[in-house]
Amino acid sequence: MIEQAPALILLIPFFAAIIVALAGIRLKSVCFPLTVISMAASVLSGIAILAQVVNDGVIRYRLGGWEPPMGIEFRIDALGALVALAVSVVGLLTAIYSKRQVPEETPDKVSQYYTLYLLLMTGLIGMVITGDAFNLFVLIEVSALTSYALIAMGPRRATLAAYKYVIMGTIGASFYLLGVGYLYIKTGSLNMFDIHEQLIARGIFDSTAILVAFILITVGVWIKMAFFPLHAWLPNSYAYAPTTSSAVLGPLVTKVMIYVMIRLTFTVFGADYTFGKLDWSGIVVWMSVAAILVGSISALAQTDLRKMLAFLIIAEVGYMVGGVWLADDMGLIGAIYHIIADAFMTLCVFLFAGIIFAKTGKRDLNAMDGLFTKMPLTMVGLLVGAFSLIGIPPTAGFFSKWYLIQGGVASGSWEYVIALLVSSLINAVLFFRIIEIAYFGVKPAEGHDDHHHGEAEDSGPSEASFSMLLPLLATAAILIGLGIYNRDIVAIISDFVSQFNFGAISR
Amino acid sequence: MEFFEVISARFNYWVYVIIMMIGLYAMITKTNMVKKLIGMSVFQTAIILFYVSIGVKDGATIPILYHDQVHAGHHHDGHGEDAHHGPTESHGPSHGDNHETEEFGYPTRHAPDVVVDGDDFANPLVHVLMLTAIVVGVSTLGVGLAITQKIHREFGTIEENEIHDMIKSGK
Repeated sequence: MIEQAPALILLIPFFAAIIVALAGIRLKSVCFPLTVISMAASVLSGIAILAQVVNDGVIRYRLGGWEPPMGIEFRIDALGALVALAVSVVGLLTAIYSKRQVPEETPDKVSQYYTLYLLLMTGLIGMVITGDAFNLFVLIEVSALTSYALIAMGPRRATLAAYKYVIMGTIGASFYLLGVGYLYIKTGSLNMFDIHEQLIARGIFDSTAILVAFILITVGVWIKMAFFPLHAWLPNSYAYAPTTSSAVLGPLVTKVMIYVMIRLTFTVFGADYTFGKLDWSGIVVWMSVAAILVGSISALAQTDLRKMLAFLIIAEVGYMVGGVWLADDMGLIGAIYHIIADAFMTLCVFLFAGIIFAKTGKRDLNAMDGLFTKMPLTMVGLLVGAFSLIGIPPTAGFFSKWYLIQGGVASGSWEYVIALLVSSLINAVLFFRIIEIAYFGVKPAEGHDDHHHGEAEDSGPSEASFSMLLPLLATAAILIGLGIYNRDIVAIISDFVSQFNFGAISR
Repeated sequence: MEFFEVISARFNYWVYVIIMMIGLYAMITKTNMVKKLIGMSVFQTAIILFYVSIGVKDGATIPILYHDQVHAGHHHDGHGEDAHHGPTESHGPSHGDNHETEEFGYPTRHAPDVVVDGDDFANPLVHVLMLTAIVVGVSTLGVGLAITQKIHREFGTIEENEIHDMIKSGK
């Protein structure tokens, strides 16, 4: 059983999706438990994979027994195992959260919703563990198609945002596919590791076709991860989607695409090519500085809670892209750590936003008027998520930022360090504004119809239900746990990072 | 004349770039959402043309082995040196002359050991890839059209500028 874990982590949600689609026609009540059980099984497989990778090294799983490079293989190293586990845990927590929200927000589409949800998880987990460049394209499209539909299930504006996402997402995936085509012309292989070996064996790093492939793939992946200035599809999609959709897409889609970027730059093209031969890291780090600042400042201008969080995602994408392109051990460790930390802190704040929307029915920040007394546990969850996004010690966000800043200092990219600090300050302003409203209430001068609200809310929001609180508080606990055990996680990550040996790259 | 040679030497690739740009142009400039999706479809089809062009060889034919070819070049050799075993079901679709080697209870599949000249056959792999890409493209178009239909139901129009005016005026 345990040696089949690399296939099970992805096949269990996949087959559950089929069962949910079929059984859900008659029995709506079976959808939610099946989704949670299959995601829990997926988490268990993820734990088994991580234990196996930490103990025995890289797992190579051949699908159907065909030998690579002809057959497709799943190749899971420490990085893949960590991210795959994080993805499945986020999937499980959001599935629990969805119990009341899905029947409420999409009443006549419960089984369709869960089918799409499970297919999305299949696609995302597959993207993390696959070792085949074309297989990656198919899985990118599996997760993209399902996320278009999950967003479009929302109200009016969500449908419009989903349309924009379809157009942008397809351009991104098509660019990636074209890039893979050029790689295939030059190397005759689609297996990521084999492509890299062929590139070295044939000595074709000078070829223009490889450069074109690199540019197409990088731009394609940047579109998919909403890296500024290619981020236009993201804010409205995540702000108007059903709350379960934004709680699962916000943490995962962009983070998994950053994983894909790391995989492609390091495994396929190699650190020597990306940072030695091309040496564009200066430009890309400046672009990430722009992404961080634009994301943070746009977040300041929002009054809609989820839209504010969506802009924060754009800033966080800037953190991670910058961290990868610093071409420094510490920067890469920080970026990978931040993938995991950010998945959970984004999940935490999006779950909070979902609970607030479900309880008050309002989208703007003033909806949090006086919530500390009415919903204390929910606010505890928010506090941990907010502290992590700001970067306050025992939470994971502090440690990932710490490594990112160390990377910025070591590589002398002061603009990146400054952008990180400014963005942290802006995060502090953003979240203390929320905390202030929730603790002291809305100032009468700010809300014109405040009197009207006050009456409605006296009997209004009470503590959220158990199925909503459990994932929120579990996420908060994970954030603190990731922070406390940061040494162990960094040990796993630096095991992966040490193979690239940035110091030896000739520029 | 030189210009003509530059074009004709890579004719397929020039055509694919031109078709792709037509698709991109439609996706960017059209305001009608269905026209945008048509542009998207054109864009994806250009990539299919690109991939299929990769597989073309001069004087090559479709990659099908005839019965006598298989038996003429068929020989067994043990793959005992292979230490990795893909776990798999024991009776997969083994057609014709694929032979399965039982090692430590795990069957490992190999391609049939037939010696053929690669120059005689067009590269089948890119065609297989494009079958998948066509399916992906069709699904994307389907999702796109379904979303357009939902937009029409909610806004009463599929002209982007009209919808933006509606949102701005707060309807």
